[in-house]
Amino acid sequence: MPFYVSPEQVMKDKADYARKGIARGRSGVVIQYAGGILFVAPNPSRALHKISEIYDRIAFAAVGRYNEYENLRKAGVTYADITGYQFDRRDVTARGIANWYAQQLGTIFTESTKPFEVEIIVAEAGESASSDQIYRITFDGSVADEHGFAAIGGQADQVSTALKERYTDGMPLADAFRAALAALAAPGNGERPDTSGSQLEVAVLDRSRPHRTFRRLAGARLEELLRDSRPAEPEAAETADTPEKAPDGAAAPPDNAIGPPSPADGNPPV
Amino acid sequence: MGFDLDGSRRSPGAFMAARVPSFSDFLASYAPDLLPGGAVRRTPAAGAEALPVAPADGGLTGLPHATTIVTAVGDGGVIIAGDRRSTAGNIIAKRDVEKVFRTDEFSAMGIAGTASVGLEFVRLFQVELEHYEKMEGRSLSLEGKANRLATMIRGNIAAAMQGLAVVPLFVGFDEEAGSGRIFSYDVAGGPYEEHRFHSIGSGSVFARGSLKKLYRDGMPVQETIRACVQALYDAADDDSATGGPDLTRSIYPVIAVVTADGFARLAEAEAEAHARAVVSERMQSPDGPSAPV
Repeated sequence: MPFYVSPEQVMKDKADYARKGIARGRSGVVIQYAGGILFVAPNPSRALHKISEIYDRIAFAAVGRYNEYENLRKAGVTYADITGYQFDRRDVTARGIANWYAQQLGTIFTESTKPFEVEIIVAEAGESASSDQIYRITFDGSVADEHGFAAIGGQADQVSTALKERYTDGMPLADAFRAALAALAAPGNGERPDTSGSQLEVAVLDRSRPHRTFRRLAGARLEELLRDSRPAEPEAAETADTPEKAPDGAAAPPDNAIGPPSPADGNPPV
Repeated sequence: MGFDLDGSRRSPGAFMAARVPSFSDFLASYAPDLLPGGAVRRTPAAGAEALPVAPADGGLTGLPHATTIVTAVGDGGVIIAGDRRSTAGNIIAKRDVEKVFRTDEFSAMGIAGTASVGLEFVRLFQVELEHYEKMEGRSLSLEGKANRLATMIRGNIAAAMQGLAVVPLFVGFDEEAGSGRIFSYDVAGGPYEEHRFHSIGSGSVFARGSLKKLYRDGMPVQETIRACVQALYDAADDDSATGGPDLTRSIYPVIAVVTADGFARLAEAEAEAHARAVVSERMQSPDGPSAPV
């Protein structure tokens, strides 16, 4: 004889369950910079990515259960590819993908016993900073349209507040990276993240690139970025010494960059 | 949690199901009519009489056909070039059609046969390679790409029998071997690995004959490009369906090089320089360079 549980209680229990799962992990951060959008997430694994490419100008960041968001990522890639194949590559938008994810997550939340313990971001680098789009989608399918920056997972509120203090429009990549690292080290977000390159997953949507704009920053390129952003990191950003070689993202990726290779500049778009 | 692009509940959850990371396989199960030649493929067996096998002379000759593609392995890369003509029967359908395409960073393909289906194949194959790359986080091996294309071409055999045949020529730079490689196909698939050089399309007989005389092993890339342009000229010289360089309209062959640095299509000015050099040389000797006996 099953006993009665009110729908409100069921939903509340599911939401609490999902929230707890998501808060257990570390936060991920997405932040706009002058040349595009930067993604930073603490991730010691080189193989299991939290940040990935979805389409030409669209990337995906997620926290929570790996198998669940990996499934969502692959579904998103398929959705984007089939839309782009059926219509045109320009017809694949972050808004469309975010809506699609919202539908999926909303249905899963209401229909299945166990909700997905994930929080994801879909971001699109536009032609200019004003047309950049960042969408945050939560486990129950709600979509938030974020401006400038967003934090997911872990103590997302604290991280988001820390980001807000440091974010300015049109900041160079090194500054945006410094802000992201500082926010990830915000109190309440677990122990201070190890800011060595091997513990971070970093990627950008570089709007100056033709065709596929997603780039992973790893190895030498990431070390350089860490060097550029480190001097001012411990004590406020008053040291206004802009790094003499401000990486604006237009530099060539390092030989050891992981991720899909880029088309050489000037190739006809595919 | 079924979602569909056109509103019909075709395959609920198809996007979320675990599967092999092949875009064309997914398309075949999800939306088969989006595949190249999909309309023909969908014809039920019972209605086969409605669409009879095309007569030997080609039932759909009214459709534009793409013609000659040449390719040759040079020192450190592979060159692929195509003329710009497409024909519908004895009519020139288009003077500036492009038949050579980048498929991914380290590969390219050219198409001969029904132009419309060929273009769809190119688009599908480009998405296929990119899809695998995004799903798996690595590129397919060059053989993997060539095999994939073979399966896709074989899938089109029903349409090919109706006269919508398309034959690709696939080239790529093999990063492991450190050299360019060529794969050819027939309407039933393949791939057949070709060595040194190859050509497909209506003018291929003449182009291959020309390359046979001009090609040397380990030719530098620039010389290989020139040899390919010479071969295209020879094909255009003797095959009415292949177009030569059109100096009056500034239409020159599409030439692409795939090396360790990736795919690069020659700039218009560079292609023009090669075409003009060949044409001016032919002003003196119309049959082109002669080989010692």
